[in-house]
Amino acid sequence: MLKFILQRVLLLFPVLLGVSLVTFIIVRSIPGDPVDVLLGADRHTTQEQRDAIAKSYGLDQPMPVQYVKWLGHVVTGDLGKSLRTKRPLTQELRLRLPVTVELTLLAGIIGATPALIFGVLAALRRNSTFDWVATVGTLVGISLPNFLLATVMVLIFSFKLKWLPPVGYTPFTKDPVMNLKTMIMPAISLGLPLAAILMRFTRSSVLEVLNQEYVRVARAKGLSQRRVVMRHVLPNAGIPILTIVGIQLAALLGGTVIIEQIFGLPGVGRYIYEAIANRDYPVVQSVTLVMATIFVVVSVVVDVLYAVLDPRLRTR
Amino acid sequence: MSDATTTTTKTTARPATGTSGGEDGRAPTPLGRAAAVAAIPKRRTLWQVIYRQKLALTGMCIVGFFLVVALIGPFFAPHGATEQFSAFRLKPPSREFPFGNDEFGRDVLSRLIYGARISFQVGIVSVGISATVGVVLGLIAGYFRGWVDNILMLFMDVLYAFPTILLAIAIMTALGSSVVNVMIAIGIVNVPTFMRVVRGAVLSVRNQTYVEAANAIGASTGRIMLLHIFPNITAPLIVHVSLNFAFAVLAEASLAYLGLGNKPPSPSWGSMISSSYQFLQLAPWAALFPGAALALTVLGFNLLGDGLRDALDPRLRSEA
Repeated sequence: MLKFILQRVLLLFPVLLGVSLVTFIIVRSIPGDPVDVLLGADRHTTQEQRDAIAKSYGLDQPMPVQYVKWLGHVVTGDLGKSLRTKRPLTQELRLRLPVTVELTLLAGIIGATPALIFGVLAALRRNSTFDWVATVGTLVGISLPNFLLATVMVLIFSFKLKWLPPVGYTPFTKDPVMNLKTMIMPAISLGLPLAAILMRFTRSSVLEVLNQEYVRVARAKGLSQRRVVMRHVLPNAGIPILTIVGIQLAALLGGTVIIEQIFGLPGVGRYIYEAIANRDYPVVQSVTLVMATIFVVVSVVVDVLYAVLDPRLRTR
Repeated sequence: MSDATTTTTKTTARPATGTSGGEDGRAPTPLGRAAAVAAIPKRRTLWQVIYRQKLALTGMCIVGFFLVVALIGPFFAPHGATEQFSAFRLKPPSREFPFGNDEFGRDVLSRLIYGARISFQVGIVSVGISATVGVVLGLIAGYFRGWVDNILMLFMDVLYAFPTILLAIAIMTALGSSVVNVMIAIGIVNVPTFMRVVRGAVLSVRNQTYVEAANAIGASTGRIMLLHIFPNITAPLIVHVSLNFAFAVLAEASLAYLGLGNKPPSPSWGSMISSSYQFLQLAPWAALFPGAALALTVLGFNLLGDGLRDALDPRLRSEA
């Protein structure tokens, strides 16, 4: 068990190293001179000035040196500065990460709650009309692009009914009600497809447990359906479901780009997207690495939890 | 990882023997039967499988419809995709323009028809890229195992660690914004899931007796992989191809929505939705029709893939 955990944790390092390398290579092969980004609109500079600027940011050094230096800084918690705003990234992330995390959690709640309930019900009533409707419903949910959902909701709730603002963000600490008003549509846009995925998974994993011998035994010894489900089915089906919820939420954290863009939320996704468009190298490099790290760490934690909760995995 | 957990575990039974063996399906895996012989009835069987599954059939009809639209639609489109009718700016659906006009007075229906082309082109090429690379790497990793497997899996874990859409955006930015690069970016992003599916399938097939037999009579590694293992992993692969098409079409639209890939005047469903977003209140049809087309196409592929999964997966089929 300990060996398994250790193995998973140790595997984190090569993966993250790989992530940092791939990020660095992609970011540095984006065409365009970072010095232009640093200068902004100011184009009246001599070559000497440009060289000096490049030097002060370490951009004159060979790529491998730049990579190692960047990695060294990141490991010590210094993510660097934005080329454009010159603000430290740690400060920027402290403002933006909460927005994205709130969005993801809201989407998670909106997505997981109906998914779990309907998924279990669909599995218990396999092949019923309810199951069929639920199955088709999830397929429709998975197929709806989140930006289309967002578009339709804005049309209905902002333009027709005028209940919610189509764009904008209010911090929770400033005005909780307004905050929820600005967050609800983005969260549903992200949460509905998530609900579909989770429900499918819940259904199939409950079905799988229902087919196990021990469920048959439980039924054979005369337990009521309710007891069978509560005592034997749900705890066993719950483990894989929880892991999927974890992974999906972690994945969602990096998948908020379009939705943040549509609703004008100052989150991380939009930040990276703008940084890519502006060739703001340090932002893209470091923030992508942070997001990937969160994802990888969550998946390891989930893996380990799975092993802790499921005794069958321990011996492997 | 979500994909891997749901798709990799089923594999051993193959579609070819399912129909001949009767309804319950748990046909024993064919032992030494040469794959080439089995290949002929299999094609018919896949069709039968689709036909029997109502959802898969519905999915196939939807996909088929849009494929036809993409292939020959442009010849029948009422107007040009970039033709502007300035008198009809943001006009609602009419007889001449059944789906209305956009902010430049262009015919939404015609643009939608031309847009289908981009969606399918990107879908076919990018799925082709990820399937080819994924199958080759998956075969290698699953067959040789050991350090080769470890290194390949590590690399896939690295790719998988990136938020999908961000990785695609970054690759697009590095390569430059063009339709070809959209195909490459989506293709790369999807390699890990393909490889996992294939690898998992290979792992469960490679210890079958027929592989052992082929090995014993001295068949080369390449021959075993191509003729003995590959034909036996097609079931999960076909399912994954179909589901991946859904993803690729969606990803193309997402990138186009962000203004990546497809160049402005030429239509893509994603860019049609985003460019008409600011006129949403005045002309919702300009965003909703391409949105509906996109959602329907993706739904078609999902229905097809899902139906196939149910039909080809013996675990789900035989239980009460």
